[in-house]
Amino acid sequence: MCLAIPARIIELDGDKAVVDAMGNRFKAKTTLLPEAKLGDLVLVHAGFAISLVDEEEGKKTWQLISEINEFMDTQNRLSG
Amino acid sequence: MLDRINKAQDVINSACKTLGRQINIMEVCGTHTVSIFRSGIRSILPDNLKLLSGPGCPVCVTDQGYIDAVLRLADRDDCIIATYGDMIRVPGKDGSLETKRSKANIRIVLSSEDALQLAKDNPGKTVVFVAVGFETTAPATAVVVKEAAAGAIDNFCILSGHKLVVPAMRVLLSEKNHNINAFLCPGHVSAIIGYGAFTGIVQDFGRPCVVAGFEPVQIIEGLCEICRQLSAGKAELKSIYSAVVTEKGNIAAQQIVNDCFEPADGYWRGLGKIEKSTLKLKGKFGRFDAFERFGISEEPSEEIKGCRCGEVLCGLIEPTECGLFGRDCRPQDPVGPCMVSSEGACAAWFKYGREKRQEG
Ligand code: SF4
Repeated sequence: MCLAIPARIIELDGDKAVVDAMGNRFKAKTTLLPEAKLGDLVLVHAGFAISLVDEEEGKKTWQLISEINEFMDTQNRLSG
Repeated sequence: MLDRINKAQDVINSACKTLGRQINIMEVCGTHTVSIFRSGIRSILPDNLKLLSGPGCPVCVTDQGYIDAVLRLADRDDCIIATYGDMIRVPGKDGSLETKRSKANIRIVLSSEDALQLAKDNPGKTVVFVAVGFETTAPATAVVVKEAAAGAIDNFCILSGHKLVVPAMRVLLSEKNHNINAFLCPGHVSAIIGYGAFTGIVQDFGRPCVVAGFEPVQIIEGLCEICRQLSAGKAELKSIYSAVVTEKGNIAAQQIVNDCFEPADGYWRGLGKIEKSTLKLKGKFGRFDAFERFGISEEPSEEIKGCRCGEVLCGLIEPTECGLFGRDCRPQDPVGPCMVSSEGACAAWFKYGREKRQEG
């Protein structure tokens, strides 16, 4: 549950943002990262942007996350 | 990329050879644990270098007494329990949230905001947010407590089980029989608290602390940095995760946490009571504290019979040394919390340790 996902801010209204991670769009808040701007790549954890991320890092992490998702899926299947 | 891995591996190999003795490096982050297993890093390390999975998975360290408190509240008809999905299967004394799910007042949320929304949508019920997690998650809880206070949303409260990583690391190093030579420090916790937060550990205990990201190459480079320090007889604080982590961390997040919470003594599964290691709501937010509202307390738990999670979390044994591992305790039918969460050491060993044995 400590997993944090890099995502790009594609809409921003006050501290309410819509972010995109690997094509998945979801809501996130920027309350904890007031400096975040539209277009920024941010690390989202439990619905909140917690830090800015550089572009290279973002791409690499997406790769890792898809692998971890695979892992969780297998776990879920195992426990299913 | 391969270059970087080879180079780091060379340093690790020669450092471990020079050192000659057993070296134990502990990671205290569930995502590191999963990534280490997933990538098979263990298999390329020299024999005298061992990786220990410490108390880095928030689900695994949540005490049974806390789960029992949640379960008691789940029995009340006037409450809705809002919880992150990971907590649903963690065993308490009498079952888990999952066993109570038919009651329909247990809802899985993805964020603290969703929990607050549930309160707005259900004015006739009290929503109790099961607020667990380390420094990474606590700010998200603090935000909604402030929102609830500002909006006078009085049918919302939190059961704070938030924990702080640094006090736990200090306790591990204070144990007489500990075997930890260095820490691979958690990346996302550090994004909030800043890598500077580990300074005291390096100074007081003379153990290298290196903050690394989650990709295999970063983990290997983190281990490489640790081995370099150990073989040079040094203990330093270093972050190799500069893409995300700064020395001071996320100040806005720290402020909001300090505004809402104060450190309190609290129980960790397997580690017992640790001074100033949990977060309790400050007096001015007391009416959002579910412990106060319902007059409940978190009793220290009885150990689960046969489960050696405590020793696993302290790095004293490997999961396979637990007599229940793989037979009575498996991910689909877990006995202890380290097998519940996919970030738990036992679950990772079950999945990847077995694969490795089959391949070998
Ligand atoms: S294998 Fe199961 S019972 Fe044994 S320590 Fe791990 S979680 Fe506990």
